Amino acid sequence: MDFLRPASWEEALAAKAEHPTAVPIAGGTDVMVEINFDHRRPEYLLDLNRIGDLSEWEVGEKTVRLGASVSYTKIMENLRTELPGLALASHTVASPQIRNRGGVGGNLGTASPAGDAHPALLSSGCEVEVESVRGVRMIPIDDFYVGVKRNAMEPDELIRAVHLPKADGPQQFSKVGTRNAMVIAVCAFGIALHPETRTVRTGIGSAAPTPVRAREAEDFLTAALEEGGFWESGAPIPPSVAKQFAQLASGACNPIDDVRGSAKYRRHAVGIMARRTLGWTWESYRGNERSAQCA
Amino acid sequence: MAGTTAPSPAGVPTNVTQGSQTKGGIGESTLRPDGTLKVTGEFAYSSDMWHEDMLWGQTLRSTVAHAEIVSIDTSEALAMAGVYAVLTYDDLPAEVKNYGLEIQDTPVLAHGKVRHHGEPVALVAADHPETARRAAAKIKIEYKELPLITDEASATAPDAVLVHEGRDDHHIGHVPHPNIVHRQPIIRGDADEAAKKADVIVKGEYTFGMQDQAFLGPESGLAVPGEDGGVDLYVATQWLHSDLKQIAPVLGLPEEKVRMTLSGVGGAFGGREDISMQIHACLLALRTGKPVKIVYNRFESFFGHVHRHPAKLYYEHGATKDGKLTHMKCKIVLDGGAYASASPAVVGNASSLSVGPYVVDDVDIEAIALYTNNPPCGAMRGFGAVQACFAYEAQMDKLADKLGLDRVEFRQLNAMEQGTIMPTGQPVDSPAPVAEILRRVKSRPLPPERQWEVADGDADVRELPGGLSNTTHGEGVVRGVGYAVGIKNVGFSEGFDDYSTAKVRIEVINGEPVATVHTAMAEVGQGGVTVHAQIARTELGVQQVTIHPADTQVGSAGSTSASRQTYVTGGAVKNSCELVREKVLEIGRRKFGSYHPAWATAELLLEGGKVVTDGGEVLTTIAEVLEDEAVEIEAEWRHRPTDAFDLVTGQGNGHVQYSFAAHRAVVEVDTELGLVKVIELSCAQDVGKALNPLSVVGQIQGGTTQGLGVAVMEEIIVDPKTAKVRNPSFTDYLIPTILDTPTIPVDVLELADDHAPYGLRGIGEAPTLSSTPAVLAAIRNATGLELNKTPVRPEHLTGTS
Amino acid sequence: MRVNFTVNGREQQADDVWEGESLLYVLRERMGLPGSKNACEQGECGSCTVRLDGVPVCSCLVAAGQVEGRDVVTVEGLADYAKQRAEHGGCGTGACGTSLDAAKQWEARPADSQTGEGTQLSPIQQAFIDAGAVQCGFCTPGLLVAADELLERNSEPSDADIREALSGNLCRCTGYEKILDAVRLAAAREGEAV
Repeated sequence: MDFLRPASWEEALAAKAEHPTAVPIAGGTDVMVEINFDHRRPEYLLDLNRIGDLSEWEVGEKTVRLGASVSYTKIMENLRTELPGLALASHTVASPQIRNRGGVGGNLGTASPAGDAHPALLSSGCEVEVESVRGVRMIPIDDFYVGVKRNAMEPDELIRAVHLPKADGPQQFSKVGTRNAMVIAVCAFGIALHPETRTVRTGIGSAAPTPVRAREAEDFLTAALEEGGFWESGAPIPPSVAKQFAQLASGACNPIDDVRGSAKYRRHAVGIMARRTLGWTWESYRGNERSAQCA
Repeated sequence: MAGTTAPSPAGVPTNVTQGSQTKGGIGESTLRPDGTLKVTGEFAYSSDMWHEDMLWGQTLRSTVAHAEIVSIDTSEALAMAGVYAVLTYDDLPAEVKNYGLEIQDTPVLAHGKVRHHGEPVALVAADHPETARRAAAKIKIEYKELPLITDEASATAPDAVLVHEGRDDHHIGHVPHPNIVHRQPIIRGDADEAAKKADVIVKGEYTFGMQDQAFLGPESGLAVPGEDGGVDLYVATQWLHSDLKQIAPVLGLPEEKVRMTLSGVGGAFGGREDISMQIHACLLALRTGKPVKIVYNRFESFFGHVHRHPAKLYYEHGATKDGKLTHMKCKIVLDGGAYASASPAVVGNASSLSVGPYVVDDVDIEAIALYTNNPPCGAMRGFGAVQACFAYEAQMDKLADKLGLDRVEFRQLNAMEQGTIMPTGQPVDSPAPVAEILRRVKSRPLPPERQWEVADGDADVRELPGGLSNTTHGEGVVRGVGYAVGIKNVGFSEGFDDYSTAKVRIEVINGEPVATVHTAMAEVGQGGVTVHAQIARTELGVQQVTIHPADTQVGSAGSTSASRQTYVTGGAVKNSCELVREKVLEIGRRKFGSYHPAWATAELLLEGGKVVTDGGEVLTTIAEVLEDEAVEIEAEWRHRPTDAFDLVTGQGNGHVQYSFAAHRAVVEVDTELGLVKVIELSCAQDVGKALNPLSVVGQIQGGTTQGLGVAVMEEIIVDPKTAKVRNPSFTDYLIPTILDTPTIPVDVLELADDHAPYGLRGIGEAPTLSSTPAVLAAIRNATGLELNKTPVRPEHLTGTS
Repeated sequence: MRVNFTVNGREQQADDVWEGESLLYVLRERMGLPGSKNACEQGECGSCTVRLDGVPVCSCLVAAGQVEGRDVVTVEGLADYAKQRAEHGGCGTGACGTSLDAAKQWEARPADSQTGEGTQLSPIQQAFIDAGAVQCGFCTPGLLVAADELLERNSEPSDADIREALSGNLCRCTGYEKILDAVRLAAAREGEAV
């Protein structure tokens, strides 16, 4: 095993080009577990800790450019307004110690369906900035997850940042685990209302081979909100609509039975979380609308 | 009185008793003597051991559960740079190649076949742990898989493969099948006849999952070869002398050449009662001539120790309309896994305590432990009694409901008390305040509802089921309350010669009397060392007490298990202190007896470093009595003897003492997602006498939390098709975090047991019993579901299994 | 490979480090600082918690090579760290902590009868002893580092704050009640002292 310690992004790209099998390590919260438990013996470890700008973020007019190594703690503390869904998801990641080290880049690199950030990333509609010595690519999040623990990256590419639209409406995230803290998701659900485009986006974690969106549920709800004039009226969403949305979200799952939960439970729980998070976001939207009208 | 050197100060009572004026004696919450080292990181746990030039040992374990070993090829591993030794069964140096607590059925390294997933097959010693791991990975083993025994049906089928062929242990004569380790029936009265008097009958089938001790300090230790051909072993264990008895024969060494010292123990809970890496490290050290350290990681730890027996329990209870139990029939099937470990004792506890703390005259009980190809199971906090309590407490709720009686009042109506005859025919001869502890937990005010509500109708998710995972803001959340009570035996039962040894020394250092207490008691966190110092202060009237490290240079202390150490080793320390005190007074009489008549006539005590009369009169100081002399006594001490249970009727005075705890659980359940948050788990327990109240409460809260864990999350999942463990990690074997653990108010009763030192009662296990069924009862109360299995998973609460 | 970093205020160097080694291993086996504990090595228990450039992390999940040039505080340096903080708000001077020689002389001996009396403790360490928060003690070092950091940024934590801050640290002995007591006690004492 060799330990590569690039001091700059350019050096990192060069190292990755020279050693495409090199495993990038930033927070270490996935890679080190595999090494400690002898599940993995990469030829090269590529340390990204010395590349300072990976841990920085920029809030632009429309988007947030989030460095791949910005810790979940920093996201919770600093980006709650701009990225509420991701901030909520960040808060459910493992433990304070892990949140201090782990970042979105790791979740994306590992591309495990259980990664806590995925539902929030999917529902936000972000793009992943990956780069190699050959150049930069912006990969839409919808195209990023291609298989079980596989993503759309080439072997010589590294994740530099994620570009997330700033929230234009309420966002929520919910995750089921069998413990009240420090737990890997049995399944998870993220939702983002986008009043500007009058759309709704979702993300489901741990209930299919990859993180997925519940597209039918989104389309159904987007149409129902439009047809009913709900965006304008801010009226409560009828239970029948919420129920249908939940059922469609459930239907978007393709889960397995494993030690963490049954497939049947995962489908069930995703439906419940879809209904509840829709309720919370819509209440929040209505509240904002009302206060805007009053002002 | 003539010749009095100093008048008694006014107000001193005339009958001062030994220790009554001692500071830091029994009954006070003195602080741990190892506390400072533990908070500074200097306390040397077994995994912290380090030696110049030491090697690292690695164990290669079977990847299948039941298979013949066709071949083992170690050549590639041996050829690796940095590898010093590779050992298999063929390298064992002595005639004796097996070990075991009661039945020596466990091979040091697998011979010819493996009987469970993760069984040790080969050992490696190398200069770096990574080298050792790589070498172990290069050992080639060819397996030919055998049919699996995984449950009662497959174990006792007519053509069942035998897990152990050619059994010659002392249980084989009375078990109905060689795949049954031990069977203990208890028949008393006539259950069938009594059932006719019942107005209601409740039958239930219950399943208890496999729990892991999950102590935080994984198995580890250091073996250092000695110049005399022997070995020094520093290890974390629960019972040094039991280890020694099992280690020395397989090393081919006399016991005196295996010198064991207890190193820091990172928790135990039964999981260190059996041998883990002890023999392996010694073998490698003796083979290489170098110190060898073995440290399991968490994955290996799940294979490195026995677990709590999973169980199937079949119960039938009857009761009359007015709420009196008529009879009880039960069958308890415990899965002992591939090796016997403590299974026979677990069977004895499960059967003899299967009725619980209730009066039932007519019983028909049977408990068995199976040999299977599942992971070996043995000791864990409350063993046997824990599984039974889960089932009989569920039965009590069902009976009360069927009779339309209050669940607590129904229990109180049938509660045992001092004088009750156990199903084994043994009278309960010390206080048994079962009704009272139930009353106490019930009378406690309930925690306020909807504590999770904050201003503006928002919710603090940390206070809700799901916690930070943000699954509910109150939706679907229903509260439930449940009660349970349990009974656990204290100390080793069934005729076992349960004794301990204490060596106590008193001498004068820098003008002050100093006592040294030396025992082989394993301090595993329970605070035995704190209590020993308190006892020495009380009995010898000194302030300074040194606790000598535990090792095998002193006689056996027995195991740190069965809630027994404060009773038995505490008793031994008390006894040895009393003998030392007598000796000190004898020296005093010899030196000073002629100067003061009180030396001959009064009851003499040691208080505050002085010799005083029971009237409080100071005769002289301990320093003056001892001068340069030291008094040292090593003595064994044992509790009242017990008897074996009759193998047919189960009758016999098998237990020495009982311990009782009751819990009330208040839970909030997200009924839609099946997530549970325990809001409060209050406990009332009779401890006889709290030698150290702070430690007593700590034990009760810790035991309670382990019971909570197995109620809602903890289970080792064994694949029924392969008998492989599916979740050997802290990622998938979950234990409660601080956010899962509620406030645990504790109500301590002190009703003395006159048979025990200071009237104390062993306390460590009882709180683990009733905690689980109380939580289950509360979840049933919230959901209306029957829930006959523990742990409860979200699937069970949402019908999505 | 060689790794240079600062531990408890002192420059340290480790040689022949295997590239897959964790910071935890280097601290325990190469620096003579076994106070950080190896209970799960997968970031699930918090027993190996240390401060890395001031931030609490699981040292089992930090690759040794990643700490090159960085600053680590372990439980062994906690008392000094707290003292420095109380006196002048930090320990950037390198004047505090265990000396390299002292650290290297450390050798695990069988538990002797020394009780460590007279040792200078940080307020949170003293509170853990006084409140009965220590049983087997294996989780204690990690909990102390995490709790100390909590009190550093929040001197009057609510119970929910304490629970959240310590939710990454497993304890199997105490049921956590006395750990909560200890943190409350340390906070109250600090409050009185101010």
